[in-house]
Amino acid sequence: MSSVIKQFLYVNRKAPYGTVYALESLEVVLIGAAFEQDVRLMFMDDGVFQITKGQETTDIGMKNFSPTFGALGDYDVKYMYVCKQSLEERGLTVDDLMDLKWEDEDDDWAEKDSIILVDRAEIKSLMTDADVVLSF
Amino acid sequence: MLHIVNKSPFDKNSLESCLSCASDGSAVLLYEDGVYGAIKGSTYAEKLQSAMSNITVYALEPDVKARGIADKVIDGIKLVDYTGFVELTADNEVVNSWL
Repeated sequence: MSSVIKQFLYVNRKAPYGTVYALESLEVVLIGAAFEQDVRLMFMDDGVFQITKGQETTDIGMKNFSPTFGALGDYDVKYMYVCKQSLEERGLTVDDLMDLKWEDEDDDWAEKDSIILVDRAEIKSLMTDADVVLSF
Repeated sequence: MLHIVNKSPFDKNSLESCLSCASDGSAVLLYEDGVYGAIKGSTYAEKLQSAMSNITVYALEPDVKARGIADKVIDGIKLVDYTGFVELTADNEVVNSWL
């Protein structure tokens, strides 16, 4: 479709249900992925709450969109960077997050972890290295 | 790289997160309520001033003037007009607008 592939970094800093930012971000992520761009996600500050395990939204009458993150691997979204410090501040560890995977076609479709823990120094270079940064 | 912040640091942590993620040599532009972060002697000023040894901080003058803080802006923060705002976005390859 498009010959130019850019690296898009989506920076997610909001919790999932109190505002619409998280859901809107996910919509835009899917659009970017559909256009076969190099789409990467970053979760920092309250954004880390978007990918916690065991979300159950029936009683608040809102759609639980967290399973969609599990489908992103099928759209070739391979990298989801999570800020270590933000997890720690909120009493979370990587075990509290969903087990998100992607399949590596160059490695006999081996399942690989999508979540990569990063510190602030790594975040600095990830932002600088991206072609486009979109904040939500 | 240009980081843009439009929220007061006394209300939201956008500026704080921005400063911790801005690599050396990048630019930070404060506008709308973000300019409240530019006030000299505030509880936030020290943090911003120490960041200014590695990054360049700009503030949108119309927003600074509108909020009556024009004579309180931290020394070293560069005031820009709307044209300057546009130039900053044009001169930087990557722009991150923090929410």
